[in-house]
Amino acid sequence: MKSLVRLVTTGVGENLQDDGPPGTGLGILTQGLVLGNFVFESPWPTEGEMIVFWVVQGGSDDERKHCRLLEAISSLGGKTRKKLTERSEASIQVSEFTVNAEGEGDKINLSDLIGTLDKAPTALTATKKQLKNLEHNHTALDTPLTRKETEQIQRVVAFEKTSKEVSRWQSVVVQNQKAEQLVFPLNQEPSGPKRMEHVVSGWKAQTPLEQEIFNLLHVNQQPLHNPVLTQNEEATMKAMSLEEAKIRRAELQKVRALQSYYEAKARREKKIKSKTYHRVQKKVMRKEYLKRFDEMVKTDPAAALEELKKMELSRMKERMSLKHQNSGKWARSKAIMAKYDDGARKAMQQQLEVNKDLTMKLVIPTNEEDEDEVAEALPDFVNDAEPILDPINPWMRGKLSTEPEEEQVEETEEEAILRGFEERRKLRRAKDAVEVAPVVMEESEAEMVTIESSDDDDEVVEISEFTSLYRGLVKDHGEGPALLEEGLVRVRTLEDMELLGQDVSACEPAPQTTQTLSTEQTEPQSATKQADGKRKRKKMIDPNEVLTKEAKVIKVPFAPTAVEDVEDTDEQRFIIKEAFAGDDVISDFLKDKKKQESAGMPKVVDLTLPGWGEWGGGGLQPSRSKRKRFRIKVAPPPPRKDQKLLNVILSEKRNSSVAAHQVSQVMFPFTNPAQFERTIRAPVGHTWNTGNAVQKITAPKIVTQLGAIIEPISREELVKGENQAVTGKSNLRSDQGPQQKRRSQQKKKHKHKKN
Amino acid sequence: HYAMKVKVLSRNPDDYVRETKLDIQRVPRNYDPSLHPFEVTREYTRALNATKLERVFAKPFLASLDGHRDGVNCMAKHPKSLSTILSGSCDGELKLWNLTKRECVRTLQAHEGFVRGVVVRFCGSSFFTIGDDKNIKQWKMETPGYGEEEEPINTILGKSVFTSIDHHHKDAVFVTSGQQVDIWDEQRTSPIRSFSWGVDSINCVRFNPVETELLASCASDRSIVLYDMREAAPLKKVIMTMRSNTLCWNPMEAYHFTCCNEDYNLYTYDMRYLDKPYTVHMDHVSAVLDVDYSPTGQEFVSASFDKSIRIFPKDGGHSREVYHTKRMQHVICIKWSSDNKYILSGSDEMNIRLWKANAAEKLGMLAPREKAAVNYNQKLKEKFQHHPQIRRIARHRHLPKAVYSQVKEIRIMKEARSRKERNVRKHAKPGSMPVVTEKEKHVVTVVK
Repeated sequence: MKSLVRLVTTGVGENLQDDGPPGTGLGILTQGLVLGNFVFESPWPTEGEMIVFWVVQGGSDDERKHCRLLEAISSLGGKTRKKLTERSEASIQVSEFTVNAEGEGDKINLSDLIGTLDKAPTALTATKKQLKNLEHNHTALDTPLTRKETEQIQRVVAFEKTSKEVSRWQSVVVQNQKAEQLVFPLNQEPSGPKRMEHVVSGWKAQTPLEQEIFNLLHVNQQPLHNPVLTQNEEATMKAMSLEEAKIRRAELQKVRALQSYYEAKARREKKIKSKTYHRVQKKVMRKEYLKRFDEMVKTDPAAALEELKKMELSRMKERMSLKHQNSGKWARSKAIMAKYDDGARKAMQQQLEVNKDLTMKLVIPTNEEDEDEVAEALPDFVNDAEPILDPINPWMRGKLSTEPEEEQVEETEEEAILRGFEERRKLRRAKDAVEVAPVVMEESEAEMVTIESSDDDDEVVEISEFTSLYRGLVKDHGEGPALLEEGLVRVRTLEDMELLGQDVSACEPAPQTTQTLSTEQTEPQSATKQADGKRKRKKMIDPNEVLTKEAKVIKVPFAPTAVEDVEDTDEQRFIIKEAFAGDDVISDFLKDKKKQESAGMPKVVDLTLPGWGEWGGGGLQPSRSKRKRFRIKVAPPPPRKDQKLLNVILSEKRNSSVAAHQVSQVMFPFTNPAQFERTIRAPVGHTWNTGNAVQKITAPKIVTQLGAIIEPISREELVKGENQAVTGKSNLRSDQGPQQKRRSQQKKKHKHKKN
Repeated sequence: HYAMKVKVLSRNPDDYVRETKLDIQRVPRNYDPSLHPFEVTREYTRALNATKLERVFAKPFLASLDGHRDGVNCMAKHPKSLSTILSGSCDGELKLWNLTKRECVRTLQAHEGFVRGVVVRFCGSSFFTIGDDKNIKQWKMETPGYGEEEEPINTILGKSVFTSIDHHHKDAVFVTSGQQVDIWDEQRTSPIRSFSWGVDSINCVRFNPVETELLASCASDRSIVLYDMREAAPLKKVIMTMRSNTLCWNPMEAYHFTCCNEDYNLYTYDMRYLDKPYTVHMDHVSAVLDVDYSPTGQEFVSASFDKSIRIFPKDGGHSREVYHTKRMQHVICIKWSSDNKYILSGSDEMNIRLWKANAAEKLGMLAPREKAAVNYNQKLKEKFQHHPQIRRIARHRHLPKAVYSQVKEIRIMKEARSRKERNVRKHAKPGSMPVVTEKEKHVVTVVK
């Protein structure tokens, strides 16, 4: 309630009809007003126009009396009442326009309203004061908008809301427009077998047997109402949220992947036949084991003791066996060779070393001793002097003495050996690739190889002082690229490249080659370059052939069609000449025209048959008279329309009788003639297409069912459409059409037949 | 020893023996294109023949239901039964028809004066009629038993004349138009909501069948007004150059409706963009009086004062079909049956006519091969539709002389007008006369 607009007094009030909203200020304010018949008109900002009435019936006499009474009362109060317009007629609708606006300019104070009641002024003076203060404190509120304006605002808001709501259908509508086939009625139930739950859902247990079964099912918590999941399943579903499940799944995936990698690695390593590799591996493992053991001593002495026992056991076994004692067949053979062969000697030594290692009494090592142990565990060959294989390479001559830290050496050695294997494997793979695809760009191949070899060099630098075995490896590497080079890389020198470039230029089309002469003259450096390759080039390019001939001057027997002033057009003509140098446009045109003319001329039809009244056989010709008789000359066609137009060819292919049946312009859905022709050219019928294809091509756009009522599209479709829009599927119903179904059935049938 | 090798042709009988004797003989085919030359020409001939046959078999008129003693003023479809329709005439009589038997099954004197509108409740159990006697009456669908009197279930006496009525598609609510648009609860005797905007009377009001709370109305002040039942005020109003008689919502596209206008055209609007119709459908030569959508929402049919019925594709500017008979007078009301097969027209000369929606369609069940042939022919016609000969045949229609000459006259008038406009524009200051498209021409203003 913003303002009280008007106050009209008419007669004595008895029946009050209150339409005001309960609990508003107005109701409270006017409760005591029984004296007059007041009409309060107050626009409620929320509900539009709302009118409050106190309509009172009463005779005209009473009214007049009451008026007088009122006047008397007001004069008693000593204040001058505001005279307002009288309105006698009470109607349901009071328009703002019909009410007289007299006295509207006068301002009514809030205190005026209660002024009429002040029989007991003591009680009311306080309120009066308060009201006055209120009035002073607050500035007047804005006048409310007119009904017209408020309604318009309401309408605009409502329309926006509704149109937004309606726009949700857009996707469905567009989808239906694009759909290849629409099957009506839309909400058809699929005719196939239904799921048990759907059939059962409407059913209730009635007979005692049924009820018994029902109860049993209930006890077992079988899914009845929510048919998809049992309670247990639901519980499990609730137990883990989707995110958790996803995270867990990802973890599991990762673990699985890692496992597979490790497995693959293990398999790969197992396959390696090299003894050295395995030996090294074993050593590494042993070392690791020792380390672990050391830690165990510190952390878990009991377990360490256990381990120690195990070790002891293995030592005992080794001591008992003749393994590694150099007493076997192999050792004996090696022993013979050992005098002359370094490798054999080393191998034997190694065997002994192993034996020593294994049979060595284990003392729980202290930290300082540890290093020594390790140093001892080194294979002897490391300390051996190496034969210098590459005397030129200073790095190769490097000795162990240069690097005093033994442990580091040890590690790097192992790494290096492992890396060596890796390297070798890589190389082998590369080789395989080359063998499989030998047509790879040669240059790139060469590059690759050189890069690899350079890598190898680095490696060599790094591990220069290591085993001869590795040296062997390096050797192999050195051979690798050489082999490749032999096979695949064509070595090109700089000169070759230059020649190649010239070859290319020689092969290029004539107009460019025509300029070669001039370039040769202008560019001295190219000339010098070409000097050495000149002999070859001469073989390839014959300048006489390449150079353009002078354009043949054709004598055209027509009068000049357009007379040009020579001075202006000279330059232009020159340009054109240059552009068309070599090809003779005019003669081509004339040739074309002649060809078309000759094609249009009728040909003599020869119907002569050998034999028939004459002798026939090989080498015999029908007689001249016969030939004359059976050669039919067709009358010449009417003269061509372009007969006298010398520089025009008018095609006479267009047949006016056919043109009446042809499409003259590209119609709407097509954008160009080619597109249209393509669609026309593709046959539709079963003479040219298989049954299924025909069915698919000729499927009608709209399929209705005979005698089925088609309901308007329902909101469910909207939900479906939205879902599909989200998932990105297309075409609502076309997939489920009966035709499709039939097709699939037919397919089945055919299959059956085949079987 | 003696051996002779006998070579025998052997084929798998599955390839050529049919499973039952009702099956078609299996014919192995060779689809090598070189064996089947002249594809285009052969298919063209087939298309031409199909088109000609279509015209030969185009006999759309099925039946005339006569029985009314005055012009048929309104009709209603039964939402649950295809064979039932209701029609109200200008003498206050209402008739129920059985379409399969083509006979009137029930007659009742519903009102004094015109029956202005009739609508069947969505469940099909009862129907409402309004008349010039200011009454809204609700009737049972079943015929009263022996000895029972033909009496309405409910009668509401209105304050002014109602002009049209429509029922909500899901709730027990209906709407009437007259001085204002009133929305009634079936259980109450006073409207639950009234919309008015302007003082002119409203000819027609229709519920949206998809967004069931929306309404649209045509008023005689040339306006079309949209309402939402849930809102306190109308939504929007568009004022056109001439009055729209009735309108119909597209049952498959929630925001499209078509109104038929006094200016011989029909206009399809997108209710979100009222400033310009989505499509203008021209072809009638007199005021269009009624329009109804096919239940598939792909086409609609219109009834005109020019004594003809036309079928338009929903987004086509011109009709694909025109129906008329010698005896059919001004067509006042029209309905498209809910199975998309038939059209019903009620006209001035007291008859209801039953038409096929596709003039050349064969009625009844089709054998699979027949269906395939129909589909193939349809596809061919579609494929070669742009070829002049085929187009000429497919589009050829006979028209009553009055309509024919009127069409010509209108064409001349249009040409003259456009020529004049062109000339005026030529001599006007450049830019002072912007080109107004056909769509924009007919909308005067949109009132918010």
